[in-house]
Amino acid sequence: MSEMIDTKIRQHLSRFRVGIAGCGGLGSNCGVALARVGIGELVIVDFDVVEKSNLNRQYYFLKQVGLPKTEALQHNISLIDPTVRITSHNTTIKSDNVAELFGGCDVVVEAFDRADQKVMLIESMSLLLPDTPLISGSGMAGWGNNHLIRCEQYGNLYVCGDQQTEVSPDVPPLAPRVGIVASMQANFVMEILMRKKV
Amino acid sequence: MINIILNNRQESIDVDSMTVQELLNHKNFTFKLLVVKINGKLIKRDSYDEAVIRDGDEVTVLHLVSGG
Repeated sequence: MSEMIDTKIRQHLSRFRVGIAGCGGLGSNCGVALARVGIGELVIVDFDVVEKSNLNRQYYFLKQVGLPKTEALQHNISLIDPTVRITSHNTTIKSDNVAELFGGCDVVVEAFDRADQKVMLIESMSLLLPDTPLISGSGMAGWGNNHLIRCEQYGNLYVCGDQQTEVSPDVPPLAPRVGIVASMQANFVMEILMRKKV
Repeated sequence: MINIILNNRQESIDVDSMTVQELLNHKNFTFKLLVVKINGKLIKRDSYDEAVIRDGDEVTVLHLVSGG
């Protein structure tokens, strides 16, 4: 019985395309979660390469250090489910390529590290793609305080995180809290797409 | 007195109307990396002094913090 429901969910989700803006702690983990539930296509964008220091939270492996994150993530997702279509762009996201990169997406996940980049994407999306839901992550550094991590919806903008704990030299981003927020983002994506008619 | 929805919560402020900048001052929002929307419409930083918030408006002021 549960297998039948799982198949129905996968069939529905296979019709949609989700954009992932940044393939670090949020983007790599959120992308993997979405691939596991059967999203049809992921548009993954990042300019960076995997570094050893990323392995404290990002869905990469030691032997992938030095590879472009988009290439490494595409490979890791293909090992989980080779039927997920991946369009990868090894480039920097700016206000002038947001529409081109994410124009065809049903939902976009903001998965940047830097706050100024988060603001840039939220502003660009609300001007250029105002009808596309955007799932942002804000406030997930450090550890503990499960009870402070929350989700809020502001129209078409969804924000996951405690909205206060920022990264600092003493408060790094780490797998548990970043993973929680990445999963919350994936959960919002799924909620939005499950109620969307094809 | 205006009644607005600020970040999904009811808020009453003892003025007839106010600019975005006046709201930020009133609430002590001193952060730099903000996203501000009035009734879903993005208000750019250089318009904070002109954009007016009126009774019944739905206002979002988000402070984005680093990490991801």
